[in-house]
Amino acid sequence: MNALDVEGLCIDFHTERGTLRAVDRLSFSVAPGRTLAIVGESGCGKSATALAILGLLAENAETSGRISLAGQALTPQAQRAARGRELAMIFQEPMTSLNPAFTAGEQVAEALRLHEGLNPRDAMQRAIAMLERVRIPEAARRAKQYPHQLSGGMRQRVMIAIALACKPKLLIADEPTTALDVTVQAQILALLDELKRETGTAVVLITHDLGVVRDHADEVVVMYAGRVAERAPTAQLFNQPEHPYTIGLLGAAPRLDSRRARLASIEGTVPDLRNPPPGCRFAPRCPFALAACEALPALAELAPGHWVACHRAPLDAVIAA
Amino acid sequence: MTPLLHAQGLVKHFPFRDSLGRARGAVRAVDGVSLSVPQGRVLAIVGESGCGKSTLGRLLLRLIEPDAGQLRFNGEDVLALPPAALRARRREMQLIFQDPFASLDPRMTVEAAITEPLILHKLHRGRERTRVAELLERVGLRPELARRWPHEFSGGQRQRIAIARALASEPRLIIGDEPVSALDVSVQAQVVNLLGDLIRDLGLTFVLISHDLGVVRQIADEVAVMYLGQIVEQAPAEALFHHPRHPYTRALLAAVPGQGGTLKLLEGDVPSPVSPPPGCRFHTRCPFAEARCHSEVPLLSGQTHLAACHLQESLPSPTPIREGAADARLARLQAYFTEHTT
Repeated sequence: MNALDVEGLCIDFHTERGTLRAVDRLSFSVAPGRTLAIVGESGCGKSATALAILGLLAENAETSGRISLAGQALTPQAQRAARGRELAMIFQEPMTSLNPAFTAGEQVAEALRLHEGLNPRDAMQRAIAMLERVRIPEAARRAKQYPHQLSGGMRQRVMIAIALACKPKLLIADEPTTALDVTVQAQILALLDELKRETGTAVVLITHDLGVVRDHADEVVVMYAGRVAERAPTAQLFNQPEHPYTIGLLGAAPRLDSRRARLASIEGTVPDLRNPPPGCRFAPRCPFALAACEALPALAELAPGHWVACHRAPLDAVIAA
Repeated sequence: MTPLLHAQGLVKHFPFRDSLGRARGAVRAVDGVSLSVPQGRVLAIVGESGCGKSTLGRLLLRLIEPDAGQLRFNGEDVLALPPAALRARRREMQLIFQDPFASLDPRMTVEAAITEPLILHKLHRGRERTRVAELLERVGLRPELARRWPHEFSGGQRQRIAIARALASEPRLIIGDEPVSALDVSVQAQVVNLLGDLIRDLGLTFVLISHDLGVVRQIADEVAVMYLGQIVEQAPAEALFHHPRHPYTRALLAAVPGQGGTLKLLEGDVPSPVSPPPGCRFHTRCPFAEARCHSEVPLLSGQTHLAACHLQESLPSPTPIREGAADARLARLQAYFTEHTT
């Protein structure tokens, strides 16, 4: 059974200037112990998706579709009960997620007291064990320190300890290393991989960084302007990308091994979701677009598990022509 | 030939005091940095947060005063310049910041923002408006946008406006402090391409301060790697990326994601710049450190490829950068994007 199933998720935001659809018919599943990455740029709907799964969207949001955790439909009540227990999360900026008035140890222990009913002494003991497990050196001493006394990497380790303290079925990690330096990022992502293997927790990793996706995800969903552009197993996506947006993103990232003459640049900007283009939302920026792209492209399976929403895919025919 | 910019032994410490006003120590942000940038070249300064790269950028423009060291711009001693002369000299040195939302005044139209340096330096008098239009076109924006306000633009467009403003005074040197770090990947690519074009077409001398090694690879001719306030390695970009000598440079390159994720990781965090470790400042995290690294300070040595490491001659060969092979299909598809835009 999958740890998470999302089926036909739509998220609308009602604003003073009208309603906008931030996420449009999104479906995916994650098996236990697997990592699914959602990639895309600002405004593509990736963080709204995370918040919808957690039940943390703002009041002006309206969702439809179905979200299930280990086969159980996630109603708002179920989300409230599951959050912090079966359903855990870590965010980009650990300083704003941690409470500055409590020590690191107290915050991990709180999760254990609340969700596992441990007494304060046992909870603190388990908390220190958790801090050791996320490789915080001198965990017993660090447990007595406040967030401001810890480095950014150390704070994110505390967040991971809190998230994983109750052995969640699903961990949502929204840009978990974006605020960290590259050497610390590598440590944190390796730690997440290791803990995931031990506990069988499924991970939804939300990121803008294709390098992080390549190293740490089993499957990838590429989102553009609220819709799935392409979904594929990670190796397939990097070896045989089919959606023009994915190809543009891959070409926009500089390489380390040699200087490119020019980076592929996707001209223009993301459409205003209050007034999106008809049909394919990427068409106005797409070098492959034809008249047909004014109609909405369906998500089609080009190879096993490889889904693409593009009228022109597979693109090999385009190159051959 | 005289380099356009030359710094020797720059030091900047930020003292801090306790609640009674007693000196309690100092953050040794920049601790003896020397570098030269020839006319028309791009030097990148890379390192992680707290390594002193932004402080160094501000020292190079004398936006803050160094505690020690020398600074020459076009052969002239910048630190000896009186305030009025320094202001005049600033016309030739500009700074581009990371956050395009903070660097433009929300109460000034684009035209006013770009005209300001023209008036200040008495350039293109009487034809300022034409000049603004030229500058906007130069950075890839339609001149009609001049009457608009900063809030009407996206992050990428604002960064283009900030670049146009920096170019307005016709500088010879531009320092970019993480100029593309706040932008989304596709917009970042547009601005990186633009910076590359401007540097080449206008013969600009550019100092790029960045933590992003990919962006550095794309723009820089020469790279200096900083760790705890000092340069630990400096070399031409090709040599630095393919034959890194310093263990810290190797660790930085290996930590860039997308290479397979199996490389040996650097342990621990960067030590505090208030009390950097004795000897080699990197020895607390270095997998190769020996006894003398704990006590003897290594000097930056070499001809064109400089490294500050006692063991640089005896280290094993660096792990090559591992990226997916350049893929012919992908390259052909990506060419559509480039053709589409030009």
